[in-house]
Order: sequence, then C-alpha cells, then structure tokens
Amino acid sequence: MTALTKSEMAERLFEELGLNKREAKEIVELFFEEIRTSLENNEQVKLSGFGNFDLRDKSQRPGRNPKTGEEIPISARRVVTFRPGQKLKARVEEYAGTEQ
Amino acid sequence: MTKSELIEMIAARQSQLSSKDVELAVKTILEHMSSALSAGERIEIRGFGSFSLHYREPRRGRNPKTGDAVELTGKYVPHFKPGKELRERVNLGLQMGL
Repeated sequence: MTALTKSEMAERLFEELGLNKREAKEIVELFFEEIRTSLENNEQVKLSGFGNFDLRDKSQRPGRNPKTGEEIPISARRVVTFRPGQKLKARVEEYAGTEQ
Repeated sequence: MTKSELIEMIAARQSQLSSKDVELAVKTILEHMSSALSAGERIEIRGFGSFSLHYREPRRGRNPKTGDAVELTGKYVPHFKPGKELRERVNLGLQMGL
C-alpha cells in the first residue's frame, strides 16, 4: 500500500470541505509547519485523540564511528518523541493485517 | 500547544478561511491520518517525519491488581520517526538556548 502524503490530505480537504485546491494545500502546509515551529520553540504539542509530540533533552554520551571503531562523543541534543493517544492506540490495535 | 491553539495559529496565518473552517480542516487531517494508520497505511511527510505501525509480539503479562498471569495477543502500535528538517530545527532550538 502506498503511503499517505500531503497531497492526498489536501485532496481530502477539497473533496470533503470544498476548500479550493490552493487553500487546501496551504492549510496542510501550515498544519505541519505550526507543529514544527512549536517543537522548535521547545513547546510540546498535544493533539487530543491523536497523540502528543514531546521533547527530550539528551546529554552528551560516548559513541563510536562504526566504520573505524574510533571513539567520538555524541553531542548533547534535543529529540522529538511521539506518544500516541488512547483513541489512536485502540484503533490501531484492531489492525490485524500481515506483519510488517 | 493544544489542538485549539494550533487551529488559532493556522487561522492567524492565512486570510481566506474562518477559524471554524480551519477547525474542520484540522480535524479532517487528523482523522485522515488516524484512519490511514488504523488501516495499516504509512504516512510520509517530507521534512516532518513518517508514521508507521510497529508489531508487538504476543507475551505473557500480569494483572497488576491480582498478579494473575494473562496471555496478551500480538498487536500493532503507532510509531513516529522525525524527519531531517524537524530533527535539525528542534536541535537548533536547543543550541539557541530555548
């Protein structure tokens, strides 16, 4: 099965809500851009029914270049994690398709 | 930021649609994403990230109240992998002391 992309989301807004194609495309772009901006500003994003995008600060830790075996520290970084909400988890659990 | 704050942010950044229309659009997008994942379909948004399902093997768990063993069947759980632009921007936020 092909993956869901922004263009299909815009198409759905055109079909279901009657937004014109330019508006639909713009709303889909803004949807993801505003989430990125919030996360960039270290602000968690909570979308009830879907899930939360949380931020975690990780301190520097030792690492290795897998090719050479040379030790190089992995710098401190901030990462995004997604915690699916109860409703989404329950819906996905019912999926009984072939193992991915 | 909550869903209603996201709706307000989007409404403020475009001129054609009312807050009500933006609210409907945001809810439609989220429902589209949820139903795709529930049907086992991946979601791929360049610069943001991808959502897919990860399989959890069946295992023996315990009822936390009684301590009785219970058989848990295999199941799928949603998984998100941030894309390059999102990873870089979030990390830049850290460098800038946010």
